[in-house]
Parts: sequence; C-alpha cells; structure tokens
Amino acid sequence: MSQDTAKTHIFDNPRNVNIVLAILYAICFLLVIADFVIHRHTTMEWGKIPAFYALYGFIACVLLVVVAKLMRKIVMRKENYYDE
Amino acid sequence: MNELPPFALYFIAALLVLVTRGTLRNIILLATPVIAAIHIWLNIESGTVSTTSILSLDLTFTRSDKLSLVFAYLFCLASLIATIFALQVKDTKQDVAGLVYAGSALGAVFAGDLITLFVFFELMAVSSVVFIWARGTERAIDAGMRYLVFQVLSGVLLLAGALVQYQATGSLAFDHIGLDSTAGWLILASFGIKSAFPFLHGWITDGYPEATATGTVFLSSFTTKVAVYALARGFAGEEILVYVGITMACFPIFYAVIENDLRKVLAYSLINQVGFMVTGIGIGTALALNGVVAHAVSHVIYKGLLFMTMGAVLYRVGHINGSNLGGLYKTMPKTTAFCIVGALSISAFPLFSGFISKSMVMSALVKEDYSYLWLFMLFASAGVFHHAGIKIPYFAFFAHDSGLRPKEVPANMLFAMGLGTALCIFIGTQPQYLYALLPWEVDYWPYDTTHVLAQLQLLFFSALAFVWLNKQGLYPPELRSTNLDVEWIYRKFLPAGLHRGLIFFRGAREATMTAAIAPMHSIRRSFLQSSIAKYHLSESWPTGSMVFWVSIILIAYLLLDFFVY
Repeated sequence: MSQDTAKTHIFDNPRNVNIVLAILYAICFLLVIADFVIHRHTTMEWGKIPAFYALYGFIACVLLVVVAKLMRKIVMRKENYYDE
Repeated sequence: MNELPPFALYFIAALLVLVTRGTLRNIILLATPVIAAIHIWLNIESGTVSTTSILSLDLTFTRSDKLSLVFAYLFCLASLIATIFALQVKDTKQDVAGLVYAGSALGAVFAGDLITLFVFFELMAVSSVVFIWARGTERAIDAGMRYLVFQVLSGVLLLAGALVQYQATGSLAFDHIGLDSTAGWLILASFGIKSAFPFLHGWITDGYPEATATGTVFLSSFTTKVAVYALARGFAGEEILVYVGITMACFPIFYAVIENDLRKVLAYSLINQVGFMVTGIGIGTALALNGVVAHAVSHVIYKGLLFMTMGAVLYRVGHINGSNLGGLYKTMPKTTAFCIVGALSISAFPLFSGFISKSMVMSALVKEDYSYLWLFMLFASAGVFHHAGIKIPYFAFFAHDSGLRPKEVPANMLFAMGLGTALCIFIGTQPQYLYALLPWEVDYWPYDTTHVLAQLQLLFFSALAFVWLNKQGLYPPELRSTNLDVEWIYRKFLPAGLHRGLIFFRGAREATMTAAIAPMHSIRRSFLQSSIAKYHLSESWPTGSMVFWVSIILIAYLLLDFFVY
C-alpha cells in the first residue's frame, strides 16, 4: 500500500487533466458547428433555435446547481441530526 | 411440473439454501435464476392462465402475457447478477431473503388477481427488509423499521382497494383498474408508495442507503419495478400520472446534487428514473408503454451496476461519503471503468442502454403534444447526467486524492459488474433484441442524426457546465450533512408535535383541575365557618353520613313496600 501511494497515476499530472478538458471543449465546439451543418428535422418550435440543446443543457445544469446550493440553506442540517 | 408457477422454484431453492452450505449452496443460489428463466421460456407461454382454488378462493398464480414475461425475464436476470455480486457474503438470512424477494417479485408479475398480488407484495416487504437489517447498525435497524411500515402499508392499501372493488364489481381480477372508483384510488395509493410517488418516497432515500453493500443491489432491482409493472397494467393512460412522473423526475435531482452519501444520490436518481417510467404510463400510448418497459429493463441493469460499484467501494472503504472519497481510480481501475459505463447508461449517452429506452418516452411526450412538459423532462435528463453521470464517478474515483488505496474487490463482484457493463453496452448498441421482447409492436429506431446530435449537445454542454462551475468554485462542495426531506415529517415533526402535544395536554389538565377545585375549597371553607357547621350531620366530612342516611331511607322504603302494600 505504502509504495503505491508514492506512485504517480495518470491524473496526478495536471497536463493530462488539461488534455481531457481540451478534448471536452473541442467536442462541445464541434457539436455546435455540427448544428449549423446538419439539418435537424424537428416538429417543435424551440427545436429550431440554433444550438438549442447545447444552450439548454448548459443553462439547466447551472440553474440546477445554483438552486440546489440555495436549497442547502433551508434543508441542510448536521450529519447526525436525526440521531439526537 | 409444467404448471408450476415460477415463484415456487425460488421458494423451494430458499428452503434448500437453509439446509445447505458452502459450494452446494452457491450452486443452488446461481442455478435458481437460470432454471427459473428456462422454465418460463419452455412452459409459460404468453396467454397462459392457471387458477388454483384455496379455501374456496380462486387465486390466479400464473397469468402471463407479453408484459409480464418481459418483467419475469428481467427479474431472473437481475437476481442472477445480484446473486453473483453477493456470493462472497456468507450470510444465510441474506441468501434466503434474496431468493424469497426475487421469487415474490416474479409471483407479483404473474399474479392474475389482486389477492395474489397482495400476498406477494407483503412477502416482498418482509423479505427485502432483511437486506437493511442485516447491516446491523442501530441506524439501519430504525431505517428498516420505517421501510417496513411503508411497505406493509402499501400492501394493506392494496387489500383494502381489492375488497372495495370486489364489493362493487364482484371481481378480483387484476386488469386495467383506472381511477373511476374508490377502489382505483386506494390501489393507486398502494402502487404509489411502492413506486415512490412524491411525498411517499421517503422509504427509498431513507432505507436503501442503510442496506448492506450487496443488499442495495437486490433492493434497487425489484420493488419499484414491480410497482412500475403494476401501474402499467392497472393505470395506463391515466393523465394524472404524467404530472406525477414529471415531478418525480425533477425534484430529486436537486437533492442529489447536495447529497453526500453516494448511495443516497443513487436512491434519488432512482426516483428520477422511475419518474420517466411513470410519465410514460400516464401517456399510455403503445410507444410510451414500450418505452416504459424498455426503460425498466435498461434501468434495472444500469442502476444495479451503479449500486454494485458503490457497494464495491463501501465493501473496501467502509463508508460511501463523497466528502471522504476520491482518487480511487488509482487502485480500483476496473470498478472505475464499470462505474463510468453505468453512469453513461443512466445519462442516456448514445451507444449505452439508457439512450435507446428513455428516448422512447421522450418521443411519446412530443407525439402527444406535451411539449412544455417535454422541456421539464429535458431538464431532468440534463440533471441526471449532472448528478449521476458525473458526480458519482467523479467524487468517488477522481476529484481530490483522499489517500485511500483500497484493493479491487473479489473476482465474483468484478464479474457481476462486468456482466452488467456488458449488458449496458449490448442493449445500447443492439437495441433490436430488447425491442423484439416489448409487449406492443415497435416502429421506433433511436439512432438518427437529429436525435443523436441533440442528445450529445445536451450531455456535453451539461458536462461543460460541471467543469465551468467547478473552475469558478461555484460547485457545492461535498459536505457531511443531512438534508431534510419528506421523512422529516415523520421523524421529527410528528414525534416532536406529539411530545409538545402531551406536554400541552398535561399542562391543560393541571390548569383545569386547579380552576375547578379552587372554588370548591372556598365553598367548603365558608361552609365550615358558617353556623350550620355545628349541627350533627355536618360535624365530619359529610359524604359518609349522608350515604348512611340515604341508605336508611331506602331500606325504610323497601320495608314499606313489602309490608304495607
């Protein structure tokens, strides 16, 4: 166990983390570009907004986290709240 | 033999497990799901109905159609995977409970009448609670008791509904029930508890995280899915379920984001996923119901897989708090990989199982013109990826290095996770085999450019949001905490209310006594001071002598009555 702690693993090197993030950014960029190249057939009004799903996904998640953080103010108690 | 209902095989195996041990027991445990599945394949065709008369009550133990058959195969598969995962646990009570629980789930999906269904509901309740109690901690025992109360209540509501229906129609058959009668509402409440409707969901988020490392895998596979089956049979097309399902899909994701216990995060996401199924049942079209069944199948497998990976971490580390985990990929790379596949499946990533099933429900929403509600479901889909798809693997296996260096779990656990992983990818890439099993004709194919592009945009930008929030320091840190949910009502509010109520009533009683007795004392005092007090009758405390004189008078009347008339 102890010699294992000393071993460096793939994400111990910040460069590797940055590579993963760079790939993510690149894919996101390409997906938005693809939206203008590929015709999405859709029956819904909002489906026609360019990059609708990308915007929706991003905004939904930011909203989710912001609201959840606010919720903590109301619902969060100590870990052993029910045991007292 | 051909007539044998499939649950009987499981119950016989449970008896055999009681008297065997070691390798022989393991063989029985592993063979049972396989034999049961073969038995169903060979002997129970779609359309079979067999009725047994017990105590002048006609019980239909086997009624099979395509809907019950899909769930039956699913339960055999799920119990096989969970059994392999739990093979290293040498615990007779959990082994027996596993067989009785899975067998009862099979019994429930083949039940043709409400009384049989009730019996299996209660058997499931009693056998499944063993997985929570087996943990042995005080918390687990309390949580198990609360779990059991909800489960038994669900059974009792079903029985009440069944009796009301029998009174009204003279039939106990379990077919479409609908909401036109009192019986319908009672039965809906029963199924609603089992499928964790909002406000009735406390037993899942309270009970499942307290179960044993291997027990949650069993728990997550059967109870809610039996409920989904029962809802699909009894209440398909009831519009109220669309709204109930959407609420279920949306509210738990907020809790999942701030929850620290990663198995509790999975419990919340279980409610979210069942929400998609309940919505599909509410829509009630062939496409929607096929989507429900397909999603139940994918869900049992990927949810089981996720609970297995978290169970593996719990097994090695001893706790499952996101705040104290991280960096486990270094020594548990296989478990990490399995977890990522489970996460991609639950997030409905193209090529993984969730994608080919959830999209059916989503398409059904659009087809039936629920386009505003569809936006909520899209929000829930993004949220799933956020909390189950990213948060679970990230905080357990990556994030900050916790310094923990646990070994990989034993081979049987890895094998069970590997099996789940393979199935997630197989279903995701080859959906035609699952579609062929679905109860209704399917004219649906998930892989078209529009759909794949839309889903990829949604998911990758959700991931981007996660990265951005983390970099900005906006992402809520994992904190050791308890978050108040509906269970607060019966764990704090009602007990505290009861306590306050008792104190209040005791105070009120004392106040009344004082108020009532004080004037009597003053009357007595003024009587004793008055001049009549010196007469003979008033010398002592007057009650005794008054009774004496009254009885003398009564005796005198009696004597007069005898002798004078």
